[in-house]
Amino acid sequence: MDPRSRTLKGFGVSPGIAIGKAFLVDARHIPIPFYTLSTDEQVARECARFEEAVTEVERDLETIKQSIHPDLKEQVHILEAHQLILRDRLLYDQTLDLIRRERLNALWALKRSLNKITEIFQSMEDEYVRNRVTDVSSVGERIMNRLAGRKANAFDEIRERVIIVAQDISPADAAQIQLEKTLGFITDMGGRTSHTSIMAGALGIPAIVGAEQATRTIRTGDLLILDGSSGTVVVNPTEEQIGDYYELQDALETYLKEISRKAHLPACTLDGHKINVEANIELLEEVVAAKDHGAEAVGLYRTEFSYMNRRLPPTEEDLYNEYRELAELMAPLPVTMRTLDLGAEKMGRWHPGIEQQNPALGLRAIRLCLHHVDLFKVQLRAILRASAATRNIRLMFPLISGVGELQRSKAILEEVKSELRREGRDFDDKMSVGVMIEVPSAVAVADMLAEEADFFSIGTNDLIQYTLAIDRVNEHVAHLFDPLHPAVLRLIRQVVSTAHKAGIPVTVCGEMAGEPLYVPMLLGLELDSLSMNPQAIPRVKNLLRRAQLSDCRRFVAEALTMRTAAEIREALQDMVLRVFPEEFKFFDPEALQPKYRSSEPYV
Amino acid sequence: MGWMALADQVAEIEQEFIVTNQLGFHARVAAQIVKTASRFRSDIWLIKDETTVNGKSILDVLSLQCPKGATVKVLTRGEDAEDALKAVAELFQNKFGES
Repeated sequence: MDPRSRTLKGFGVSPGIAIGKAFLVDARHIPIPFYTLSTDEQVARECARFEEAVTEVERDLETIKQSIHPDLKEQVHILEAHQLILRDRLLYDQTLDLIRRERLNALWALKRSLNKITEIFQSMEDEYVRNRVTDVSSVGERIMNRLAGRKANAFDEIRERVIIVAQDISPADAAQIQLEKTLGFITDMGGRTSHTSIMAGALGIPAIVGAEQATRTIRTGDLLILDGSSGTVVVNPTEEQIGDYYELQDALETYLKEISRKAHLPACTLDGHKINVEANIELLEEVVAAKDHGAEAVGLYRTEFSYMNRRLPPTEEDLYNEYRELAELMAPLPVTMRTLDLGAEKMGRWHPGIEQQNPALGLRAIRLCLHHVDLFKVQLRAILRASAATRNIRLMFPLISGVGELQRSKAILEEVKSELRREGRDFDDKMSVGVMIEVPSAVAVADMLAEEADFFSIGTNDLIQYTLAIDRVNEHVAHLFDPLHPAVLRLIRQVVSTAHKAGIPVTVCGEMAGEPLYVPMLLGLELDSLSMNPQAIPRVKNLLRRAQLSDCRRFVAEALTMRTAAEIREALQDMVLRVFPEEFKFFDPEALQPKYRSSEPYV
Repeated sequence: MGWMALADQVAEIEQEFIVTNQLGFHARVAAQIVKTASRFRSDIWLIKDETTVNGKSILDVLSLQCPKGATVKVLTRGEDAEDALKAVAELFQNKFGES
């Protein structure tokens, strides 16, 4: 084995495999000279030099904008943002001011301005905003390069097809890269929302970001294998590794194409059992993504968004318009509307937030609605009215903990219906009403709830939290948040069998449903439908088609006899390896680990 | 020119908006706001919580943490304050051209 061979890990942000030589983008630091200017003449000259450099960069950016690759049209806007940054008072005026007032040379003055701007941005909590520091430094670097008399385009030297390795790639850089010569990207910096990620995704070029050591470890000309699915970079691989990855590359391309081609078809298991695959969404715009990815229904529409950050609660008309549009966009496919699932502490300015020491166990969701019946009625009126035209709306109540709450909620629904009838307004009188199963007490009385509900939807996130008494946002215990805990599986099993006895269907709409590797477990637990974020649908559908219900049932029966989550996880891994070998070939089996490991880096 | 006319000239109006596009105020959105704001003579301020920034400076706008769902108050002051606010309102309503 090549002694220089080694493996690096980053975040795979654009799937696909690239094999080729590395091209390391020159990241040499421009030395900043520290001297002050002694005469007014020198100051004037230095100001002029800075202004000239800015004008040149402005021109460079304009040229890049004109020649941009059509697939990178989105980047034009970012280049425009860069042009604005160039002339922003914090950068432009401040630098000139430092040259004039403190008599700093242009490079030093610019560096000082950049540092100040970076400070402002670094103090922010928002990852996306923090990422914008890279926009500023990219602009700054361009001016510095000009001031230092360096060539504007570092990519001119690329002569063959390469994998580009850089600290970071700005949109302007990207526009200068000859894409036909680019096999992939690897950067030291960046997260899933960085420009490199978005750009690589748009172009379909394999990419890994946040591979911290990349530019320090990799030299130009090193042979690299880049696996954009798992986030692995192999530097100077062995002949055998190269062979393996070539095969994998071929197979993965075929696989991904096939999955998205079939996303619109129903998902039937090998033994002919159909599972509904539905989408969880919270914005109207997401309907498009849901349909594009092959959703057969909206399994969960989170209605909280219209209530947040408002001075006044939304009006019935606001909500009606939103819901009707949603129903029309999805029709004839069903839309499941979850009534307001908000904590009292998040009610916004229209209602003084109540301090709750333990919001998860406090006044929230259906409890809040039953406490503020007026608020609840407005939403129910809007939902009912929206159901009139397309008759494809289903209603569900969140966080029901017992029959009393369900009866009270349904009584209010009936009151609202009579009001509407009196007003002569149309609505779907046969609208199904379901219950979200999220509280262990609801599982215990599931038979009683089933008598009064048209369907169940299991919210696994909350069910796991309440069952295991784990706050998954608490880093000290997050690793214990485990969907495969035997107690959780037993509860799901119990809900499904109770519901089926009563003749009503059950959906899982928690994150567990969108994790492809849980497919055999959920299938074997006899769920009728799975609802997940739209992007997960093609892979889950594909796995459902490759599975055999009878096989999964046997697996679950066996898993339910096991005593620990670890034991179950191991069995599930074996199962998946056997039934879906291609998944393990392409995707990281680590995904089967509990999702919220405390050691997991958040990007 | 009477004092009424003068008072008209320094009109100051404000309106609240909710950021509804997926990624909040990112570079492209900020660029649109700044480009629009710069077309007007009025001062244009963006206010969120306790922070007020200049709507004509991209770095200012970017520094305002506005994820999806955030409420931003836009305040315009000057002779064309109304048109300026209308133009900015349009950007918000069109979700900055994002779907």
